[in-house]
Amino acid sequence: MRAVLSWLNEMVPLGSDHVAIADDLNELGLAVEDVVVTGQAVPGVVVAAVQALRRHPKADRIQLVDVDLGDGQPLQICCGAFNMAVGDRVPLATLGTVMPNGMEIARRQLRGEWSNGMLCSSTELGLDGDDGGIRILPAEYEVGRPLWDAMGLDADVVFDLDVTRNRPDAWCHLGIARDLAAWRGLPLTAPDPVITSAGPTPLTVVIDEPERCGRFTARLITGVTVTTSPPALADRIVKAGMRPINNVVDVSNLVMIELGQPNHTYDLSRLQGGGFIIRRARGGERLVTLDGVERVLTTDDLLICDGHDAPIGLAGVMGGAATEIDDASTTIALEMAWFEPTGVAATAARHGLRSEASARFERGIDTEGMERAGRRFVDLLRLTCPDAQLHDLVVTDGVMPVRPAVEVRTAKVNAVLATALTTAQIVALLDPIGFTSTPAADQPDVLLVDLPTWRYDASSEIDVVEEVARHHGYSRLAKVVPPSAHAGALTERQLARRRVIEIMVGAGFNEAMPNPFLAPGDLARVGLPADGLTIANPLAAEESVLRTSLRPGLLRAVAYNESHRQLGVLLFELGHVWRRPTDPSAALPDEPEILAAVLAGRDAREAVRLWEELTLGLRATGVQIVAATPPGLHPTRSAELVSANGPIGLVGEVAPSVLAALGITGRVAWLEVDVDGLLAAVPPSRSYARVSRYPSSDVDLAFVVADDVPAAAITEAVATASADLVVDASLFDVYRGPGMPDGHRGLAYRLRLQSADRTLTDADVAAVRAAVIAAVAPLGATLRS
Amino acid sequence: MTERVEQASTLRPMIDEVAREAALAVTVVIAASTLDELRTIEADVLGKRGVLSGFKARLGGLEADDRKRVGQAVNEAMASVGAAIAQRRRDLDAVEQTAVLAAERLDLTELVGRPRRGHLHLVTQTQQRLEDVFVGMGFQVAEGPEVETDFHNFEALNMPVSHPARSEWDTLFVDWGAPGSTVLRTHTSPVQIRVMQTQPPPIYAVMPGRVFRRDTPDATHMPVFHQIECLVIDRGITMAHLAGTIEAFTQAYFGGDFRSRLRPSYFPFTEPSAEYDVQRPDGSWLELGGCGMVHPNVLAAGGLDPEEWSGFAFGFGMDRLPLMRHGIDDLREMFTNDVRFLEQF
Repeated sequence: MRAVLSWLNEMVPLGSDHVAIADDLNELGLAVEDVVVTGQAVPGVVVAAVQALRRHPKADRIQLVDVDLGDGQPLQICCGAFNMAVGDRVPLATLGTVMPNGMEIARRQLRGEWSNGMLCSSTELGLDGDDGGIRILPAEYEVGRPLWDAMGLDADVVFDLDVTRNRPDAWCHLGIARDLAAWRGLPLTAPDPVITSAGPTPLTVVIDEPERCGRFTARLITGVTVTTSPPALADRIVKAGMRPINNVVDVSNLVMIELGQPNHTYDLSRLQGGGFIIRRARGGERLVTLDGVERVLTTDDLLICDGHDAPIGLAGVMGGAATEIDDASTTIALEMAWFEPTGVAATAARHGLRSEASARFERGIDTEGMERAGRRFVDLLRLTCPDAQLHDLVVTDGVMPVRPAVEVRTAKVNAVLATALTTAQIVALLDPIGFTSTPAADQPDVLLVDLPTWRYDASSEIDVVEEVARHHGYSRLAKVVPPSAHAGALTERQLARRRVIEIMVGAGFNEAMPNPFLAPGDLARVGLPADGLTIANPLAAEESVLRTSLRPGLLRAVAYNESHRQLGVLLFELGHVWRRPTDPSAALPDEPEILAAVLAGRDAREAVRLWEELTLGLRATGVQIVAATPPGLHPTRSAELVSANGPIGLVGEVAPSVLAALGITGRVAWLEVDVDGLLAAVPPSRSYARVSRYPSSDVDLAFVVADDVPAAAITEAVATASADLVVDASLFDVYRGPGMPDGHRGLAYRLRLQSADRTLTDADVAAVRAAVIAAVAPLGATLRS
Repeated sequence: MTERVEQASTLRPMIDEVAREAALAVTVVIAASTLDELRTIEADVLGKRGVLSGFKARLGGLEADDRKRVGQAVNEAMASVGAAIAQRRRDLDAVEQTAVLAAERLDLTELVGRPRRGHLHLVTQTQQRLEDVFVGMGFQVAEGPEVETDFHNFEALNMPVSHPARSEWDTLFVDWGAPGSTVLRTHTSPVQIRVMQTQPPPIYAVMPGRVFRRDTPDATHMPVFHQIECLVIDRGITMAHLAGTIEAFTQAYFGGDFRSRLRPSYFPFTEPSAEYDVQRPDGSWLELGGCGMVHPNVLAAGGLDPEEWSGFAFGFGMDRLPLMRHGIDDLREMFTNDVRFLEQF
């Protein structure tokens, strides 16, 4: 909403300090997005008459213009524009003039010809409009007069306001002026012209949809001559961000911008059937709106039809072309109505047609503003049509909103705002903005507050509390930090998640945040089932599938980096994925949190190493690495991570076919694990195991083991064979080569033996050795000789 | 008598000889250039068969009185030579140590390769910093699903079906359940409802997370971005508490010389509602986010009695903060996953 200061000043004496006014508007919640000072006079610019146009002897793009400043003496100006003719009035910046852009006009030569000033375009003067070069002034302007005197325009200020949804009243100057008047304690003078009716309005109105059309009024205006608006009105239209059309359309817009009352004018001679019918459109019915577009309507669109049931307007949104005012119109039918807001909003959205009118109807216009708006319409029209006559208002009601008075407790106001306002102070804050109140019977500190007809948004006590807060001033509210009822803390899970990402960072991985939305083929491209949930209204098809895995995003990041010559990147992500739940009636899809890491240029063993680093860092236990062939991963270099509760993740390498499809070279190792599953493998607490004071001894054992027996099984057997004495068992060498039977490899373990309560004897060591050898025998492992 | 004179005449030369041998030994010790050489000298002079020890063997043939004098001279000689050897050994040890250390010299700037160290994403860094500030203020951190029900995202937040304000969130809908029933949450506010439904008041919680809008990406907008939201519900919570908490947070996060202000605004889920701005020390303002007193309808939807409990909420986008902190001019840069970006922070 653009608010024009001179217009506001007609209703409330605000003065000219636009910085202070902008501060007040912000404090009232009418957020000032921009302040434009317009029409600021440029001293030194005068009205000049073009006497002669001559070719510049040495330049084609400059002409010589002789102008007269009223003394008949020709003054030579060099000018780069060619849009003026002899006799035209043009603005001349005389020598010494400082232009709005800071340039000072001096006498100077252009290609050997003197220029004694500068002819100006609208833009150069900070004025609206574009004449395709130099601004051409009206012929009646007196030559030699300062331009701003001649224009009769004062400096003005336009505030561009971001009006929130709860302020239907602020979509017009009256509402903004009312708020400012209340805030500053100034009197408000709303336009209220006295216009007497010239007679009856012989129009009939039938409302077929009373729920959608709460009120429909019509009245005739006779004695109309369609012409152009006077400059002062046209200027307002421009400042308000619209385009002057003709006096009738301009007045229609001015009334809306001033009083918030959208209205529509019909040429009575084209209005068939002597009245209006307001009904729903029939499916497929068509209407050409004022913008020349043919609209195909649905049964949810509300139509204004003429007395013969032919559509002439889309209610609350835009009129039809057929009954438009034209230059020959002399009698007009003026419509002002109250339409149910959500219906207008739906129609405007459906047709992508948000007009100035619909923007106001959507928020709920003043239910009682029509009568005055009609008088103001004629009042303004008489500036160009002195004989214009207003006729009686015909009011037809459908279902108007019922808005009972609201009980407002002084105690509640103070409880919400931490104020100590008295009931009388609350009344004084509310009264100037139209929330008039009376004390409730027998309850002096409860007010019965009548809701203003221009505040359709307000309906409850808390709405009124907000109005009290606004006019008390948000900046006057106290600032108190409430003592929290809790000790601030992260949950165990949140702490563990931080540990997880710190381990990843410590292991050299950068955290990536790929787009969680995938293109339809992305899952299949990485070898995963294409069963992702879809977005019903995606912005683009490439972002229409919800990820079921972090793999497409991280692999894409690897490919992106590789294409920018960043090879061997290590990335991780911890994020949500979405999967179809097994229960089709579940309210929401499954949304597990997954940790995944991608290791470009590394093989599967590095991913396992990372997994070990992770489990070691978290002290996770009991997760087995079980060879598997998960989809999309390398069939002989991948494994499932299986905890006591089942599979929790995958480790290995990305399948070469997937890498080829993504254009990634080299091997890419992969780790993914369900965060809940991972954290479930972390024992909640650990109790201390006393460090033994007795000496330890080490035993090395090497076994010959078939390739199809996982080392993990041997390690497990070795470590548990004499668990009371074996405090550590680690695989320290793997041997394949001469001396080893086909399909076998040598696994060498170092065992550290130690007792908690005695020094081990040779017999103890021998017993452990024998026990370990016996434990691996069932796995086909034999001691290497 | 003659014997005695004869004996007396051999005593003097013997003592002199001891002194000569000792002086010679000291010279040789000082000249020794290695520890090995020194060890040989030590054996030659002080060893059992050494020069000085040899005098001791000859003492037996002397009178007791003379034996004592010569013995004393030998002992003194051995002590002085011993002291010279010890001194020389210390000197040679020091020389040898110096040589060993010199030979061990390393150029500590000669390391090949770089350490493997990753970096948290800027959004995570920002989120952790914000969480830590709020934890310090006595808040807990709450989370919720990113795909939400219409109820949690809109209806419970005082936006029933067809509420006009819904259109202000460019919502992405998920094909799950009845059409329109499942959304990608457009804000973190649905977590407010989940917290109210699962946790008895008082509630002092912040809710960071990823949110979604049907927005074309540009330098300042992404369809996927991050918010953090703060919710307090307790008895007697007022708008002064809202303003005070925002001011305390502002100073804790941005710095003690920052200020905050509230301006009236509108959100369906709070009333009174406000925008809050942060004022930098240079006086300029930054519009940070929205806030307000939790609307009675929202408290009711969360299962709380608005006459007993009151609360406030405020929230803002997180992604903008690292942009400002690090002078990044395009939001999209943060999400390219280019390691040349990630490794800068």
